[in-house]
Amino acid sequence: MTLSHTNGPGRRGTSRIGALFAAPYVLFVLAVFAVPLGYTVWISFHRFYFTAPGAGVDSPWVGLSNYRDVFTDPVVGRAFLNILIFLVINVPLTVGLSLVLAAALNAKLPFRSFFRAAYYVPYVTASVALVAVWAFLFGSDGLVNHALGGLAPDPSWLVNTHLAMPMIAFFVTWKQLGFFVMLYLAALQNVSRELYEAAAVDGAGSVRRFFSITVPGVRPATTLVLIYAIITGANLFSEPYLLTGGGGPDHASVSPVLVMYQKGIEQGHPDFAAALGIVLMVFVLAISLLARKISERGE
Amino acid sequence: MFRRTASALLALAMAGALAACARSGPDAVAAAKAHGPITVWLSNNAQEAAWGKQMVADWNKLHPGQHVTAQNIPAGKTSEEAISASVIAGNTACLVFNTSPASVPQFQKQAGLVDLDDFPGAERYIEARSGSLADQYRSEDGAFRQLPWKSNPVMILYNKKVFKKAGLDPEHPKLATYDQFLATSRTLVHSGAAKAAIWPAPSSEFFQSWFDFYPAFIAESGGKALVENGKPQFDSPAGRKAAAFWRSLYAQKLAPQEAYPGDAFGDGKAAMATVGPWAIAAYKDSVDWGVVPVPTSDGRPPSAVHTFSDLKSVAMFSACKNRATAWDVMKFATSRAQDGKFLAATGQMPLRPDLTGTYAGWFAKNPGYKVFADQTRRVVDVPNVAGSIDMWQAFRDAWTKSVVFGRQPVDSALRDAAGKISEILAEY
Repeated sequence: MTLSHTNGPGRRGTSRIGALFAAPYVLFVLAVFAVPLGYTVWISFHRFYFTAPGAGVDSPWVGLSNYRDVFTDPVVGRAFLNILIFLVINVPLTVGLSLVLAAALNAKLPFRSFFRAAYYVPYVTASVALVAVWAFLFGSDGLVNHALGGLAPDPSWLVNTHLAMPMIAFFVTWKQLGFFVMLYLAALQNVSRELYEAAAVDGAGSVRRFFSITVPGVRPATTLVLIYAIITGANLFSEPYLLTGGGGPDHASVSPVLVMYQKGIEQGHPDFAAALGIVLMVFVLAISLLARKISERGE
Repeated sequence: MFRRTASALLALAMAGALAACARSGPDAVAAAKAHGPITVWLSNNAQEAAWGKQMVADWNKLHPGQHVTAQNIPAGKTSEEAISASVIAGNTACLVFNTSPASVPQFQKQAGLVDLDDFPGAERYIEARSGSLADQYRSEDGAFRQLPWKSNPVMILYNKKVFKKAGLDPEHPKLATYDQFLATSRTLVHSGAAKAAIWPAPSSEFFQSWFDFYPAFIAESGGKALVENGKPQFDSPAGRKAAAFWRSLYAQKLAPQEAYPGDAFGDGKAAMATVGPWAIAAYKDSVDWGVVPVPTSDGRPPSAVHTFSDLKSVAMFSACKNRATAWDVMKFATSRAQDGKFLAATGQMPLRPDLTGTYAGWFAKNPGYKVFADQTRRVVDVPNVAGSIDMWQAFRDAWTKSVVFGRQPVDSALRDAAGKISEILAEY
């Protein structure tokens, strides 16, 4: 009986009201995402630069020329390699640490609220302030080098070609961890307590319970964490910009978004930046889909 | 219904986007003759802002119908980025009293600048105020799109107290030749008097070369610009010597490879700094300073040493509706009287011939500035060429790789950079 209503006049009325309520958001999505994205694609196929109002400058079609420039620019290649280095370090660490910490913080611990807040503090603190802390710790004259003495790397952590990108990956892992712990904590609330009790009765230890109940139980959250961590990595800007002096040393920590900023804003080549942005978007989509396939395997 | 709503929304969004695209600026012919209120942007340097407010007050007292409002340049990573964004938005102030000559070709390409030659007598006025040095600030087509205003010739400022602590003579520092400079630097660092002999930012931003390589190259080459007649000049004996000198400083750990999070010279971490006369006001209460010219391989006398001008211009932007007033304000602000007030307020050097003669009284009272005033006679600026910022970025990339981090021999890095810059210049 109820189903028949969905095809009647009442369904149509509901649809109209729904459309009306959805309209502002549809408008917002069109204005803020769809139109700029379309415009970016258009720019990427033209010789284009930003001009003053009414300048009347031609923007000729150049086909794939901007994309060719992007693919042949060695700095862009280095930036994508850096992102891969970042992802290889950051993503497994983020998923592993946040899940383990969330599982620990979900148990009945003394000072549990304090620990939950402590992990979350870096996430809500401005990157600029945290970068200052890391510079204090890992600068050539920093606390860590003082502690290491002769064992300190030379050149130091943040200006070392081999260490700069891993340092950024560790920094971002540490900074974002609280957010991912919160996601997992939320997901853990939906894992049935009875399963743990049943497993305990069957003699499963805590490690077995973790891998057999917790890990599969939070799989949707893991997919979300993976994709979000990948997107965060692909959008890296503040950290290499602030922590390693604008992508140095020798582009060792430059990221695609940093290159977009340098080319598009500093050097006035928005066409190159637009093409790079599209390439980056496709890259993120591909990696995210791959991550989703892997995380949902066996479901 | 939903389809109609969606279609209407799409049409609305597209109309909005098209309306945003169909922007228009003021009519250039009418604006060139129009008088009325204008806005000017000033650097956020405290002394400079104070001068600007006083200059504007002086103007407003004399011209009540053409009110001028002074504001600081909107915040951004650099003034140039903030100005570029406002050029695109069409809301630039009429005049910007802090325009970097390196950005002028880009602003010109964006159709953001007003051609000053359009105003009667403008070329004559600019040449009269800046003498032969004005020619460096013409665009490639020969037009003036900036009025040379204030120069901060880069010299070596040193901390006398630190020199004394290192056992060096603070009144007669040995800094004229590369060998002397390196020996003095070693003494400063190895004695523990300072963490660094000198600490310019080793980072990758395109403009950082203006404070390490470029002054050294200008001095070593006897006054050559990075690019002349469309050809890079630094892949030359002078360029190689200047770069090798800096490589020695980094290789011997006399200059750190890491950026200092603050002011290394002001904090006493570096014994020397490459700065202009703006630094005198900034350090007067904290550092007992001395000043010498940029070193050269053969230790030329100070009167023969050229350096980087680090000049800022006044430019008029195309969003300006009352350009006749703007031009009058430009002349008023760069008049002999206002230049004198600017010099007194900031210690920065208006780029005018015979500065020390014109403002003899002020220099007599402030002898510390005289050496900078003398240096303004031998300054070289960034080349006024299209693709300027790309060019500087290409140079900086080669510099950080080879000179700062030693990952490529200096000579081959300069050769590669010269090749890349030639390509950039040809592309434009």
